[in-house]
Amino acid sequence: MKLFEYEAKGILIKYGIPVPKGVLITSSEELDKVSAKINPPYVIKAQVLVAGRGKAGGILFAETMSEAKDKIERLLGSEIKGIKVQSVWVEEKLRTKTELYYGITVDRYRKTYIILASSAGGMEIEEIAEKYPEKLVKFPVNPLEGFRPYHARWIAKKLGYERKQMLELASIFYKLYKAAMDYDAELIEMNPLIETIEGNFVAADARLIIDNNALYRHPEYEEHFEGEYTKDEIEAKRKGLAYVKLDGNIGIIGNGAGLVMATLDAVQLYGGKPANFLDVGGGASSDRIAAALNIVLSNPNVDVVFMNILGGITRCDQVAMGILEAKKRIGFTKPMVIRLVGTNEEEGRKILSEAGIHVLDSMEEAAKKAVEIASKTFKR
Amino acid sequence: MGIIIDEDTRAIVQGITGTQGSFHTKLMLEYGTKVVAGVTPGKGGTEVHGVPVYDTVKEAVEEHEANASIIFVPAPFAADAALEAIENGLKTVVIITEHIPIKDAVEVMARAKERNVTVIGPNTPGIITPNKCKLGIMPAHIFKPGIIGIASRSGTLTYEIAASLTRAGFGQSTCLGLGGDPIVGLNFIDALEMFRRDEQTRAVVLIGEIGGNLEEIAAEYIVKEAYPKPVVAFVAGKTAPPGKRMGHAGAIIMGRAGTAQSKIEAFRKAGVPVADKPSDIARLVAERLGKNQ
Repeated sequence: MKLFEYEAKGILIKYGIPVPKGVLITSSEELDKVSAKINPPYVIKAQVLVAGRGKAGGILFAETMSEAKDKIERLLGSEIKGIKVQSVWVEEKLRTKTELYYGITVDRYRKTYIILASSAGGMEIEEIAEKYPEKLVKFPVNPLEGFRPYHARWIAKKLGYERKQMLELASIFYKLYKAAMDYDAELIEMNPLIETIEGNFVAADARLIIDNNALYRHPEYEEHFEGEYTKDEIEAKRKGLAYVKLDGNIGIIGNGAGLVMATLDAVQLYGGKPANFLDVGGGASSDRIAAALNIVLSNPNVDVVFMNILGGITRCDQVAMGILEAKKRIGFTKPMVIRLVGTNEEEGRKILSEAGIHVLDSMEEAAKKAVEIASKTFKR
Repeated sequence: MGIIIDEDTRAIVQGITGTQGSFHTKLMLEYGTKVVAGVTPGKGGTEVHGVPVYDTVKEAVEEHEANASIIFVPAPFAADAALEAIENGLKTVVIITEHIPIKDAVEVMARAKERNVTVIGPNTPGIITPNKCKLGIMPAHIFKPGIIGIASRSGTLTYEIAASLTRAGFGQSTCLGLGGDPIVGLNFIDALEMFRRDEQTRAVVLIGEIGGNLEEIAAEYIVKEAYPKPVVAFVAGKTAPPGKRMGHAGAIIMGRAGTAQSKIEAFRKAGVPVADKPSDIARLVAERLGKNQ
């Protein structure tokens, strides 16, 4: 779950980490809030959950209030990388001496959290690692020890700071770790973390991604799906399905994330384009299969549906009944290619063949067939 | 032979009274797995498919000399269950549960390392050493004893590949589901290391997917160690867009990291053939084994 910048900064403030003074604007009627709270010059930032927001024109600068007004109005309702801007965050522009990077993320290999810090910030972490490897400080946290104030001081020192500045920076690092743990962060980032001309440190931008699996511990964000997912994806989530929309014309449904990904890959290998990824999960009931078909077919680009089921916990007869039920309920007429093997395979096939639906054995054969149908439909 | 589990494995099932726990206890018993006890707090003194149920792992271990656990406990309580198993001396802990928070998984793995416990999963179909022991939820009939070791990050895709290997006459020494989460106990290197020492295993199949860099690290290991057994790989997610989670919590391309292309390249550079499609695995294994003989 990605949080908006202003939400992430709200959390930083709660933990005593300095951020620029700012205000959230959602409509042009609220413009007075800006002059009441902040002095120019301003930074105006579109609140959208896309990477590379700055380069896409989502961050603007203004010297005066009237200039700011123009730019805020221009950003509100505009689109950044296809995402509509619903709100902008307006904040004071700081006088920057240095831009630093500081983030905490998950190290899969070491099976722990890792702190990444660099005296070169303001660009993506991969770019920092590539361009300034010597400046990148990596600190894996020992989960049994935790992250201690002396660890924070060691990192601050490594970044080249001393005395009062080192202590100030270390205190920010320590507080951020606490915020990361309390909020179950999968990623928390201050980038850039700014050293001002006056020698203070301020988090000029903040990113926070909460681990989806820990959302039950943060009920305030449970319904926070705007911006990150499309309407269909949210609908699928509610039904317990994993759905990702893509831009092809072959709708794909399968059971198990790896198998569905491999199915998409097979379709592409034979020259087709998948319209989506949809994993019905383990032990899918006929109801869930019907819901899956409904979501996939709601995409008007879909010309053919390819269903690839390998029954383990999932029973093929249940899947077959789900298909017939969906046919009855939503009355679709689009062609279907079905591959159905595994638990209760015979029963499943029987149910479908009695309804005049042909079932294939091999995933590759079925992928080829789906691509063939899709390309014919395209030519028509 | 085979790795981690065999006929001497004596397992407890944590969460045995739940729908999944009870259903799979039955299937594991039918397969011949020695399920010696179950644990569900508050249900001590009852029985599930003839298996006695206890309130605590401590009691179950004391009464039945168990050495492994398989966990079906719901995500919010799964870490507690795993820590209980670890603290009570069980040496193999298989966590089937999906959706365990990363922070909880990190703690479990650290405690497991401290006490030298093997954790498989979370979010795994489990592990099977054909005809000897199954600690998992995989459909058993697709596996046959043989010489191929399998380590995989996915469930049904593993069944797909195992079934095609079996059809081609290649049985399996052990098939190990690593799990679909970002933080899992065993990784590809651990699996390679164990299959290397296992005499029954003569070739290894690795089934990876997008997200993280454990495939790349495995490829480095294969080169560095001049890995002595043939390895064949498959990587799912060539068509996955960046920033989207593809079903598994761990299957996500973040920024530029974790793409299928990067993993495939790493494997190929390490001399590991990567199959274009699952059904090519058996042929590639046959070719590699042929060369090695």
